[in-house]
Amino acid sequence: MSILDKKTKREIRVLSGFGHVSLAIWALIILFPLGFAFLAAFKSNTEIFIGNPFGLPSNWDFASFGRAWSEANIGTYFINSIIVVSASTFGTMLLGAMAAYVLARYDFFGNRAIYYYFVAGLAFPVYVVLTPLYLVVQNFGLLGTHTGLILVYIAYSLPFTIFFLAAFFKTLPNAVAEAAMIDGASHTKLFFRVMLPMAKPGLVSITIFNIIGQWNQYVLPVALLPGGDAQSKWLLTQGIASISTSAGYQADWAALFAALTIAIIPMIIVYALFQRQIQSGLTAGAVK
Amino acid sequence: MRHGRYPFVLGFLVAPVVLYTIFVFYPITQLVFVATTNWSGLSPDFDNVGLENFEKIWQDSTFWQAVQHHLMLLIALPLITIALALFFAFLLNMGGGTRGGVMQGVWGSKFYRVVFFLPQVLAVVIVGVIFSRVYGPDQSGIINRLLSFVGIERVLFMSDYGMWAILGVLVWQAVGFYVVLFSAGMSSIPADLYEAAVLDGASRITIFFRVTIPLLWETIRVAWVYLGILAFDAFALVMVLSIEQGGPDGATAVLPVLIYKQGIRESEYGYASALGVSLFLLTITFAILALRAGRREAVEH
Repeated sequence: MSILDKKTKREIRVLSGFGHVSLAIWALIILFPLGFAFLAAFKSNTEIFIGNPFGLPSNWDFASFGRAWSEANIGTYFINSIIVVSASTFGTMLLGAMAAYVLARYDFFGNRAIYYYFVAGLAFPVYVVLTPLYLVVQNFGLLGTHTGLILVYIAYSLPFTIFFLAAFFKTLPNAVAEAAMIDGASHTKLFFRVMLPMAKPGLVSITIFNIIGQWNQYVLPVALLPGGDAQSKWLLTQGIASISTSAGYQADWAALFAALTIAIIPMIIVYALFQRQIQSGLTAGAVK
Repeated sequence: MRHGRYPFVLGFLVAPVVLYTIFVFYPITQLVFVATTNWSGLSPDFDNVGLENFEKIWQDSTFWQAVQHHLMLLIALPLITIALALFFAFLLNMGGGTRGGVMQGVWGSKFYRVVFFLPQVLAVVIVGVIFSRVYGPDQSGIINRLLSFVGIERVLFMSDYGMWAILGVLVWQAVGFYVVLFSAGMSSIPADLYEAAVLDGASRITIFFRVTIPLLWETIRVAWVYLGILAFDAFALVMVLSIEQGGPDGATAVLPVLIYKQGIRESEYGYASALGVSLFLLTITFAILALRAGRREAVEH
């Protein structure tokens, strides 16, 4: 027993030493590029490329943030992203919760058919239908508009939202609902006043899931908000990709890195505040 | 109780069903139709050409390059990501000593979990732009700069190893998510199972392979499917990171980028829709195979 004990202890020490090194290396691999981008926002082109790529900037020059915000239009793109994602997440949650609720808790003809009609959408990645989707949006005259993009975001977020929330609404107890009905609450009132508050944990998870997914969306804005006239409507991801791919050696790299920093910082702050909820919100789908 | 029930149900379903039908279901039904026409944006009229677009795809060498890239990602991405994530999750949950008979994670495991998961909340496009500096071809690239310190000649990542470089970014971003997923799975394994194994004198490594992995099998399978689906994407990374968005010479071609370029930039609606049908057939084949294979008797605990 004592020999075994010693063996195990030694094993743990070795494992723990080796483990620490590999964990620290991976943490460095994650943080290093992010730190590089953040510090580069304050540096001159010469500093970034020749003099001092990895150290602290020689002077903390915030001017690049101003240039990124106004000259490179990052400010406009940022506000556009906020408008589109707020509207589409709100719409997704409202419509998704309504549909999921009646599908989960009301028995009516065609219930299962409608449920599977929605869930089948999960089998079609957006790239598959990109061309016909583009044509549909064009036919409705919604190409290059935020309205079109918001409606498309909602439509493509519904399958997973309904799938997830229907399962959640099913787990809620019947007793409370029955009591409310006896008190004379209408179905609508029951939903908004009783069931939605009870479903809060599930709603929070899937809201986070949708916000992050829609905020990070790239192919839909690129396809549905083409350049030219629509450029003032561009979203943040689109704007940053465009600055990056058009950047040559003459480019204002500090402004590009400032733009990246502007895009990253809100996500990092939100992540730092809601770390636990975000981790469980994003992994919830995989566990289902 | 029945009063006003049907109007209510109808009222709640009509908006989501209409929206979903217009923007998801209708385009799906149009996909096959458009794929059998020679419709391009240049002229308003078009003809049914049957399977001509699919014949063209069959002879399109870029298409086959893209398929090979997806197959490479389909194997390498889950393999590397799951191996790394299992290893890290193991260290974070059971790499430390034993306290009161319960195995502990290594010191600082909370910090590592937060840092590892961080890339998951960043937009892929932004990650792509950052990595364009990581992979920079000259002294300005982070890796080449570091290599120059140790006297290794510069590596032209994007022109010589494009797909591998993109695989690297995908792994970089994905690992943390699966560390969290596997950690959740590991913490739900009852402690007395481990205690028994520890009492039997099993080493940490034996415990990992004999107890943890079999009990996590279902989660690992889910991870495999998720990562497999990711292997058919790579759109954003190829768009911002690769040379000429899929080049050089198709070396980083992926189907979503081909669909976007043909369908939206070139307005070749027919051909692009046929590419969409091909992508769908590939993903659905993978999904069916993945759900069938690896189905093992679940270990109960």
